[in-house]
Amino acid sequence: MNTSVNIAGVTFKNPVMTASGTFGSGMEYGEFVNLNELGAVVTKGVALTPWPGNPTPRVCETSAGMMNAIGLQNPGIDTFIERDLEFLKGYDTKVIVNVCGKSVEEYVGVVERLADTDVAMLEINVSCPNVKEGAIAFGQNADMLYNVTKEIKNHAKQPIIMKLSPNVTDITEMAKAAEAAGSDALSLINTITAMKIDIYKRSFALANKTGGLSGPAIKPVAVRMVYQVANAVKIPVIGMGGISNYEDAIEFMMAGAKAIAVGAMNFHNPYTTKEIVKGIEHFMEKQGIEDINDIVGCVK
Amino acid sequence: MGKIKETAIILSQEKLSEGIYSMWINTTIAKEAKPGQFISVYTNSDARLLPRPISICEVNEQKSALRIVYRIAGKGTKEFSSYRGGESLSILGPLGNGFPLKTEKAILIGGGIGIPPMLQLAKELECEKTIVVGYRNADMFLEKDLECYGKVVIATEDGSVGTKGNVIDAIKEQGVEGSIIYSCGPIPMLKGVKAYAKENGITAYISMEEKMACGVGACLGCVCKSKDIDDHSKVNNKRVCADGPVFNAEDIDL
Repeated sequence: MNTSVNIAGVTFKNPVMTASGTFGSGMEYGEFVNLNELGAVVTKGVALTPWPGNPTPRVCETSAGMMNAIGLQNPGIDTFIERDLEFLKGYDTKVIVNVCGKSVEEYVGVVERLADTDVAMLEINVSCPNVKEGAIAFGQNADMLYNVTKEIKNHAKQPIIMKLSPNVTDITEMAKAAEAAGSDALSLINTITAMKIDIYKRSFALANKTGGLSGPAIKPVAVRMVYQVANAVKIPVIGMGGISNYEDAIEFMMAGAKAIAVGAMNFHNPYTTKEIVKGIEHFMEKQGIEDINDIVGCVK
Repeated sequence: MGKIKETAIILSQEKLSEGIYSMWINTTIAKEAKPGQFISVYTNSDARLLPRPISICEVNEQKSALRIVYRIAGKGTKEFSSYRGGESLSILGPLGNGFPLKTEKAILIGGGIGIPPMLQLAKELECEKTIVVGYRNADMFLEKDLECYGKVVIATEDGSVGTKGNVIDAIKEQGVEGSIIYSCGPIPMLKGVKAYAKENGITAYISMEEKMACGVGACLGCVCKSKDIDDHSKVNNKRVCADGPVFNAEDIDL
């Protein structure tokens, strides 16, 4: 049975990854999950310098989901390389670093600092809805997305994955722009911009007023977008959005995702990722599937 | 043993006062738990994704039993209050750092739903101690349990029991003395505790509360402002769930 998948020349032992921002750099969840069992650890977004993030409350629960407005708090690339990447060196899994920035120069700065590391791929965050500058501003306009992708691609040593926002009219336009600019793969979806009001306090549930909605509530939207994008571009797609179990993972793969990532559900069950790895194997055995790649995009 | 997620069996459930419930559960976490730590408690509904962080009130190591005393604050905790002995619930723990156990003469201060962690702390602190608790009114809870481990001083907002006012008013009025403070309660109370400790040149440990998602330090949802640059993120933010919930009051901007 083959569970490995290849994305832009990088081989992952299985298609199960962690969604950026929900898993740190694996240190905390390493107590629950043997990181060696994962296809990849996708780290929380890292910028050139430390970012303090947003005021609290930064998280709240919604029906079958949650909202967050962390604001990309991160320690900056220096600490990240010294500590987080050192930690991840001890594991037999692929590392994908999520890169954020407030300007094209900042993205490029981070990407260049990572050039001499053993990071497998770079995921470019042009879709975080919770910071004012950069991030989503680059991900909601096809021309800007094309330009930033092209610029980053020119400087990146590793293959890049542009992470797309669902907060657009037509996600396939963004996907095509990123592909045309040379992106090696795409990941989607980032969170959906949302709002919650506490009617008793007459205030917003999050200090940032809006936040990104994630969890099972957004899964059908994510499946639809993965399907649309996978059918609009030739580059591989990594699917995410409310994946809770192996059945969800298989659903995303049948819609066209070559790999999948688990996000908010890590908070609900810290063992979710490894349970999905086992579940996929179980499903393949029961269904007589020899190669996981055979089901990618099988539903047209 | 580190942190684990497991299914615990409920031993008993009891209503202590209006909206305040006490639950004893059978869990392996009881053997590891320290005063001031907390557990994440999951609801049985898949629609409620996030666990509820609840402080550990008391443990009985021999019986692998752990007690939480919680307030109904929403639908999740309302669901917990409907559980009965013999039923099960999913928990994750033990989480957070807990209180440092010193031997100096101590003042333990709990306000409202910040009172529960003071019980196990009072049990484990081997020193002279006074336990100061603040309630809205005479609808009190845990005050009898606390009396087993130290002198209890009470403040009520409406003055129906003990000192009329807050915990600091009670400390002043009833001449409570100590050289170290352990406290848990709402932010205005913690501000008062921090100011009182500073005036009197004593150390105060405060247990913070914030909306959490992961509970283990990964998501950075539950940060509080710190005086110094923190080790984890290199900004002035400490993670309440992983770096705390207990901090030296001096280190935190309230």
